[in-house]
This record gives sequence, structure tokens and C-alpha cells, in this order.
Amino acid sequence: MLESVLRIVALIRKELLAVLKDPRSRVSLFLPPVLQCLIFGYAATYDLSNVPYAVLDQDRSAASHELLAALDGSGVFHRVGELYTQADIKTAIDEETVLLVIQIGQDFQRRLQAGRPADVEVIADGRNSNTAGTALGYVSAVIDQFNANWAADHGEAAPPLRATMRAWYNGNLETRWFMIPALIGTLTFLQTLLLTAMSVAREREQGTFDQLLVTPFRPFEIMVGKAVPSVLIGLVQATLILLVAQLWFRIPFIGSYFTLYAGLLLFLLAAVGMGLMLSAVVATMQQAMLYAFVVMMPFALLSGLTTPLSNMPQVFQDVTVVNPLRYAIDIAHRVYLEGAGLDQLIPDLWPMAIIATITLSAAAWLFRHGIE
Amino acid sequence: MRRLAALVRKETYQLFRDPSSIAIGVIMPVLLILLFGFALSLDVENVPVAVVLEQPSPTASELAAGFALSPYFDAQELTSMPQAQQLLLQQKVDGIIRIRPDFARQLNSGTGQVQVLVYGTDANRARIIEAYAQGAIAQFSVRRAAEGYTAASGGAATVQSRLWFNEADDSHYFLVPGLIVLIMTLIGAFLTTLVMAREWERGTLEALFVTPVRAGEIVLSKMIPYFALGMVGLALCMFAAKFLFGVPFRGSVLLLTGVSTLYLLVALGIGLLISSITRNQFVASMATLIITFLPALFLSGFLFDLRSMPTIIRILSYALPARYYVNLLQTLFLVGNVWGIVLPDAAALAGMAFALLALARAVTTKRLA
Repeated sequence: MLESVLRIVALIRKELLAVLKDPRSRVSLFLPPVLQCLIFGYAATYDLSNVPYAVLDQDRSAASHELLAALDGSGVFHRVGELYTQADIKTAIDEETVLLVIQIGQDFQRRLQAGRPADVEVIADGRNSNTAGTALGYVSAVIDQFNANWAADHGEAAPPLRATMRAWYNGNLETRWFMIPALIGTLTFLQTLLLTAMSVAREREQGTFDQLLVTPFRPFEIMVGKAVPSVLIGLVQATLILLVAQLWFRIPFIGSYFTLYAGLLLFLLAAVGMGLMLSAVVATMQQAMLYAFVVMMPFALLSGLTTPLSNMPQVFQDVTVVNPLRYAIDIAHRVYLEGAGLDQLIPDLWPMAIIATITLSAAAWLFRHGIE
Repeated sequence: MRRLAALVRKETYQLFRDPSSIAIGVIMPVLLILLFGFALSLDVENVPVAVVLEQPSPTASELAAGFALSPYFDAQELTSMPQAQQLLLQQKVDGIIRIRPDFARQLNSGTGQVQVLVYGTDANRARIIEAYAQGAIAQFSVRRAAEGYTAASGGAATVQSRLWFNEADDSHYFLVPGLIVLIMTLIGAFLTTLVMAREWERGTLEALFVTPVRAGEIVLSKMIPYFALGMVGLALCMFAAKFLFGVPFRGSVLLLTGVSTLYLLVALGIGLLISSITRNQFVASMATLIITFLPALFLSGFLFDLRSMPTIIRILSYALPARYYVNLLQTLFLVGNVWGIVLPDAAALAGMAFALLALARAVTTKRLA
């Protein structure tokens, strides 16, 4: 027993040295996750902070000016031009000078004063319909505020029914709070999968794996010796991304670190298991890399990172039960933003434990039986 | 010319014999088409919500029915708030619509309130749900006013919105054109990098250098098969977009082919350049992934709006060919031939293609000496 442990420790040391002694590979392991987290943290947001719009104001009244001032004062909308004819709308939208055109009819103020509904026509560039939908939502909010102000200023009764909106866990509904915790799982998944997929393949290509097989190491010990260093590296990468999230983006962390790391540990075991399994069945490093890439893409797309899982057809939702990244992203969100405890995360934890057990034992078996 | 043809034939054989090239060049594009077409969607439908009726009354039931009948919601009626909160915590529902006990009375006295609570972790989805809830409540108000129960709320500005180019508000309209960019990047840059880097690593390229073949011919012979594969990928995507997903195509096919040629040349140029510089498969493929593929997904305006990114990142995006290609595709697919967009974007791509290919050619020649 003790001998076995000593052998494993020696193998872990050798693996860590092999990966970390080369300065180039050290940099390539720890710098990209941090840089990617910074760049994608800024880029990957569905929130809009700059919506250029043009206005076709046929009323030119105090009311229409008040409405436009409310838009300009929001900080999100930037008026880039005045339009004079309907034909101008087409040019402005087609050539992407603006995202929105606001058209105010000539009886806008008269209708408001007469107590009738007054239409504001908003035309949006639907090339990216998600962006357009968000922008239209912002316009509605500004116009609701305008209506409330108008009613108050003109002594009218407030509308009889109001809806009050509240969002749990992310009060201002910032996409960044959603994206960055998800990146903790995603970026470490990409890196550890590639790293482990290459690890056995490299030894196979160089012929050192056969040497390892004739030593007293049992396949199980080789598996542990290969898995532990990758898990450790994954944990360091996750910590770096977590530090960027906390110190740079300042996203409030309300859960417990212990819970987060417990979840990450299971997740990394599952990811490393998949990588080792891949590594055991391929013959060359190039194949390892390509197959890792072919596996990564669908897993990353079907993880809930860019589009919600609940929007997917049932078949695809069923397929995602084998995707460890899906559970890791859920855990990161729930611990980070909701402060969920381990007991609440059980539905996410046990599937990862099963994936890890199956892939790791399959890898150990394949080391000896996989090739030739 | 005969030399070139022979080399192209050799490359083509190699391409089809290597299972990993087939995986990236054929299986990945088909997989991506299926995923983008069928699995990914940003359209929110059938959101599970709990409607809490704290005290039943005809008015409250009428509002609740509005949610039950809406295609956007999958409503479940409850009578107590703690029960609904429990469901929200367990993620069984994504939102709670709370109608308070004295709702009917308050509504008649003009101070009616409905509380909408959403699960905010996924902010984008939460915002869409809020907007739908607002819409359902507004409809109820309009119906009440029309039936004469409450006075119309005086003069108010109402938004009449129109979504141009995507009247059906279907997220596939922009996801599918974006997919073409990913596939072209995958074949043009990723696959080429890998194949070239392998030849450098194995020394087979040097073996070619001692033959009478000129450097330009080597570069060309590497490009032609992958260019053809990229064009097949484009045709496949166009076919899927039209017949599988019903995305309209309003521009000219000729123009699309032209700009796709330009983008493919840029991608091939990047691939050739990276592999010549690194001469190592692993480093080359990582570099291609970070320089071309991930930015095509995140920084091209395909998913996330470029105008809302910080200035530095926006400036960075001007250096990325994917940005111009995404813009061209979205315009050609959904709007038509808008010359004000097509010309500058195509010019940018042409400039990049020329510069990169000249550079790739120069690097290859220099190493020959």
C-alpha cells in the first residue's frame, strides 16, 4: 500500500516537472486563461451601453423634445442624426449608421394633451435580433418613465395597474455577472482537456509509455499519476480566473469557497478523465489534439454558456447530461451568485462523480488494452 | 503548371487519407450546422413561471389566465408565496408573478400592483422574461380599459416597434450566417495551420525544397485543396440555411461567393503564416485557436454587439478579418446588396488577403535559402 502511494507520488512529481520546467509551456498554461478572461469578460456581454439612433420628429413640440431628452439622458442612447423623410430611415438602418430610428408623428403632443394614446414608432435593425430586442426593451423602459413623468406633470392619474420588477441574485441584470463565473469552468475545461489528451499521446509517440508499462506501476497507479497533476493545474487556473473575477471585475461572491472548490474538484476529475480516455485511444499527438478539439466544441456550445439550455429542444437537453461543463457552469453560478450550499448542488454533483468514475477507470483499462 | 497539378493532386490525396483532416474538414462543419440550427437558440419560449394568486377573485383570475394562455409562458397557479419561492430556489420555475390579496380592490381604486420576480442569474434571459411579463400585464390593462372597467389612463406614449430584416424575430437568422464564419475559419486557418506545421515538423517540406518546385508553387498547392474544401463548406451552409432553417437570403449569391473567397484567402494566409513561423503543430494550433477561432466567436459582432464593447476592444476588433466577414454575411443574408457596407468591408478583406499572402510567400521563400 505504502509502496503504491510512494510510486504514485513519484509519478506525480515527474509529470509536474515535465509540464512546468519549460518556461514556454508554463506561460502557455497560465497566461491565456487570464487574458481570455479579461478580453471575453469585456466582450461577451449582451448588455448594451451604446445604442446609436436617429430621429424623425414630425411633431417638433415640447412633448417630443422632452421624450428625446429622456432618451439622450439615459446614457445608453446616442443621437447621431436627424432624419427628414421616410427614405432616410432606410439608408440610416441599411448602412448601419444607427441601430434604431425613432419616428414621432406630427400629432404626438396634441394626442397626449387630449388624453389619447400617442404612437412612437421605433424601427430596429434586426440583423442581430437579440441586440435589437434588448434595445427595444430599453426604449420601452424610457418611454414608461416619460409617461409617468408626463402624468405627474399634467395632474393626471397614474395608470391603474403597475408592474414592479425584481430580479433575484443579479439585481441589475448584468450579463457579465453571468459570463465570468461561467468562464471559470469553460476556460479550465478547454485547457485541462487538451493538456491531458496530449499527455499519454506524447509518451506514446516518444515511446516512453511502453517503458512506463514495464515498470512495477499498475495501470490504476499510472492513471492516478497522470490525473492528479492535471487536476492541480486546473485548480490553479480556476483560481487565477477567480482572482480576475473578484479583483478586476469585482463581481460579488456570496457563496463559500469550500463549496466552489469541492464542485470544481469533481468537475476537473471528470474533465481529466475524458482527456485521459481520449489520450489512451489515439496514437499521435496530432490526433489527440484534433479529437480533443472535436469534443470541446459541442461541449462548450451545449453548456449553457452562450445560449440557455432551456431554449434547446428536449433531445439536445438530454444529450447534455454527459457534459461535465454544463454542471460546472451551473455550480459556478449558483455558488457565486446565489450562495448555494453543497446540499443544494447534489443534482449537479452526482452526475459529475459518475462521469469521473467511468472515464477514469476506462482510461486505466485502456492504457494496457487500448492500443494494438 | 504540370508540377503544380501534381502537387495539388498529392495534397488532395493526403487530405482525404488523413482521418483527422476529415474530422475537422467534414465532420465538424456538419456537427456545427446541426448544433447551430437545431440546438442553439436565443428565443425564449414556454418559460416556466409560478402565478401566485393570494386570494382568488374574478379579476385576479383573469390576469392569471393571461399568463396561462400566453405562448411565452408555461404558467402554474399557486396560492402561497413561500411555495413559489421554493420552486424558484429549486429552479423549477424562472419567475414568479405575484397577485396580492386585495388586487381587485386596489385596481378599482387605481393603485393596482403586480409583482414580477425573475431568476436573474442568466441576465439576458431574465430581461426577456421581464419584457414578456410586462407585455402580458399591459395587454390585461388594455382589455380592462376597453371593457370599460377602468378609465383609460389618459394620454400616454405607446411604443410601436418594428424589427426590420428579421420580422419573425428568430435568432437563427443571425446564428446561421455566423456559423459560416466559424466553419470557414476552421477549414481555412485551423486545418491549414495543422497540415503545414506537420510538414515543417517532419521535414517533408525541406524535402520538397530540393525538387525543382518553386516556393510559390508549394504555397499555391497547399492552398488550392483547402480553398476547395472551404467552398464546399460554404455551399453546405448555404444549403442548410435555405432548406433546413428557412433563413432568407436577400443579397446576391455572386457577391457572397466573392467576399467568401476573400475571407478564405485571408484565413489561408493566416494559417500559412502561423505554421511557417512556429513550425510546431501544438504551438501553431494553439496560436490559431487564440488568434482566429475564439475572436471569430466572441469579438466579431456575431453574438455580442461590438458597439457596446470598451474602446480598446473595439479598436482591436478592426484588426480581425472575422469582423468584416460577419458584417458582410449578416447584410447579404438579411438586408441585400448594401454597397455602403459591402464595398468598404470587401476592400478591408482584400487588403488583408493581399498582405497576408504576400507575407506567407515571403516567409516560405526566405527559409528556402
